[in-house]
Amino acid sequence: MSQGNKKCGEEEVEEDETLAMTGDDDDDDDDLDTFTDGDLDSGCEDGVLGCRDPFSSEVKPRILLMGLRRSGKSSIQKVVFHKMSPNETLFLESTNKICREDVSNSSFVHFQIWDFPGQIDFFDPTFDYEMIFRGTGALIFVIDSQDDYVEALSRLHLTVTRAYKVNPDINFEVFIHKVDGLSDDHKIEKQRDIQKRANDDLVDAALERIHLSFYLTSIYDHSIFEAFSKVVQKLIPELPTLENLLNIFITNSAIEKAFLFDVVSKIYIATDSSPVDMQTYELCCDMIDVVIDISCIYGVMGNEGGIPYDKESMAIIRLNSTSVMYLKEVTKFLALVCFLREESFERKGLIDYNFHCFRKAIQEVFEVRLKVLRSRKLLSHRRRSRQATPNGTPRVPS
Amino acid sequence: MSTAMKKKVLLMGKSGSGKTSMRSIIFANYIARDTRRLGATIDVEHSHVRFLGNLVLNLWDCGGQDTFMENYFTSQRDNIFRNVEVLIYVFDVESRELEKDMHYYQSCLEAILQNSPDAKVFCLVHKMDLVQEDQRDLIFKEREDDLKRLSRPLECTCFRTSIWDETLYKAWSSIVYQLIPNVQQLETNLRNFAQIIEADEVLLFERATFLVISHYQCKEQRDAHRFEKISNIIKQFKLSCSKLAASFQSMEVRNSNFAAFIDVFTSNTYVMVIMSDPSIPSAATLINIRNARKHFEKLERVDGPKHSLHMRMR
Repeated sequence: MSQGNKKCGEEEVEEDETLAMTGDDDDDDDDLDTFTDGDLDSGCEDGVLGCRDPFSSEVKPRILLMGLRRSGKSSIQKVVFHKMSPNETLFLESTNKICREDVSNSSFVHFQIWDFPGQIDFFDPTFDYEMIFRGTGALIFVIDSQDDYVEALSRLHLTVTRAYKVNPDINFEVFIHKVDGLSDDHKIEKQRDIQKRANDDLVDAALERIHLSFYLTSIYDHSIFEAFSKVVQKLIPELPTLENLLNIFITNSAIEKAFLFDVVSKIYIATDSSPVDMQTYELCCDMIDVVIDISCIYGVMGNEGGIPYDKESMAIIRLNSTSVMYLKEVTKFLALVCFLREESFERKGLIDYNFHCFRKAIQEVFEVRLKVLRSRKLLSHRRRSRQATPNGTPRVPS
Repeated sequence: MSTAMKKKVLLMGKSGSGKTSMRSIIFANYIARDTRRLGATIDVEHSHVRFLGNLVLNLWDCGGQDTFMENYFTSQRDNIFRNVEVLIYVFDVESRELEKDMHYYQSCLEAILQNSPDAKVFCLVHKMDLVQEDQRDLIFKEREDDLKRLSRPLECTCFRTSIWDETLYKAWSSIVYQLIPNVQQLETNLRNFAQIIEADEVLLFERATFLVISHYQCKEQRDAHRFEKISNIIKQFKLSCSKLAASFQSMEVRNSNFAAFIDVFTSNTYVMVIMSDPSIPSAATLINIRNARKHFEKLERVDGPKHSLHMRMR
């Protein structure tokens, strides 16, 4: 499946309040109707999604992936967002120039990798780090646990302090990566060591306020997906609402467990309040794989334009332990995957009706957020247009 | 009283070429990663694999170390090479001793020619994942040409394989297909079934290995490699389920363009039905599948001495 990657070096129009005051669309500022998605969103992304799509990049969580060379950033990106098999990542070549990739068209998550060969020059004028950090929700720093991590830790410290100065609201996540080769004891030991050193560095710089979260990850199992799920969940302000909706849905439909998954990356953005069992989560990931793979083979009409995952996507898998797994499309990017008993599934009609209500509610939740963001945007745009033009004369609001 | 039919399958090749790994994945539910644990095979490992109910594959996994190989061509020659239905020879694509590989291969062929001249020969060019993707077709073509040339007067069918993708299933499906006694009859019946229920495609899988043993399609499909892909996909899912001590029984997948149904069929097979008219309700297709089961069960039981006699007379 090919995703909407931008080539390295393409500029992305920043869509927050730092738009240049060049006077575009001045006349239309006070007219809400002309506020199309084109103004809100960056470059080429939402041409594909269209105006009616409530999931423009503004609503999507924005994540930066940084780390030393050879720490595994490109492999992580390929495995999580491009469905590459972990074994194939051995063939990936080193990224040898500053490269930025966006994965936003097909995933719920707006995700950027900043891949730097060698040293990051924070004073390099060609990259406006401030702008990037300001728009970021989470910064993931990848540390190769199989290598000597002293340099990684110093770079982590530099990056974190820099980013914190620009935007104190960023969530800092550290992935202790490539742990597949280590025993459990060894893993815990490494995590403890890295955690201690990183936090000590921050204390020494009098920046104890900065909070770092640590995760043990590997692309060879589901730990990378689980870590990503947690990172993304922290960035979704609607999370309590989504959880609430899921709880209501499963109680009324006699469902045991439900996840709201981002289909492309198999990150789950919400689940109900019952405890999450890793094996159940893994099985759901596998189910999504099966469904998408089969749909790619048989469900794509025409040559290039077909998408395997569409509005009618649905799957039922019966396990012989009298459990049933049920997958239903919720939005273009999200799917609901539930576990229920055979007996409960007999009332499929009821479950489908409840699901219909649930789906509508989810879409309303995201629409509300979009409306809020749009009106905020409109306000700030208006505010700017009332300021003086470059030659000093005040503008007359039309 | 139909007795089980035994078919002898020789699995040969140099030490470390991947014979035991392949066998473990196809017949013993290993996932590719688990095969790392396998050690060198000592002498010959015999396994009897029940396939399709009353077909027994007598698999001779012959350890490939030099001492064993020498043995096979001398003292054990008759024992090993007599009554062979299928010879599978595995080549490691990364091997540095091509000459030696070919020498052993030819010795095998000589022994086969003397003892089991009707045997079918398959050559697997294995570990293709270690070759860069853009080189794979070229390298395989070279090897295939060499092998076909060297094998004369015997005919060999070549496959490129890797335990990390679906090519393994394609090769083994083709091999096993040669061994199924009533495969023509199965295909005719499958065609009738598919036409009655208006399916686009129907696949029949062997239950344990999920190798495709028969299929019917009513029109051209886009993906020529879909059979082995489906085998791989479902087998992987089956293995994931077993981690949770569950096993999957049936599956239905839909989108706006198609509906796929995978279900238990007879005691030894699974069926996959593809409908391109998604407006046909699932219940209808599921009932049709259920009704067809009895008919196909009967087919499976009509096996045995009658058919193997048929084959010998040819």
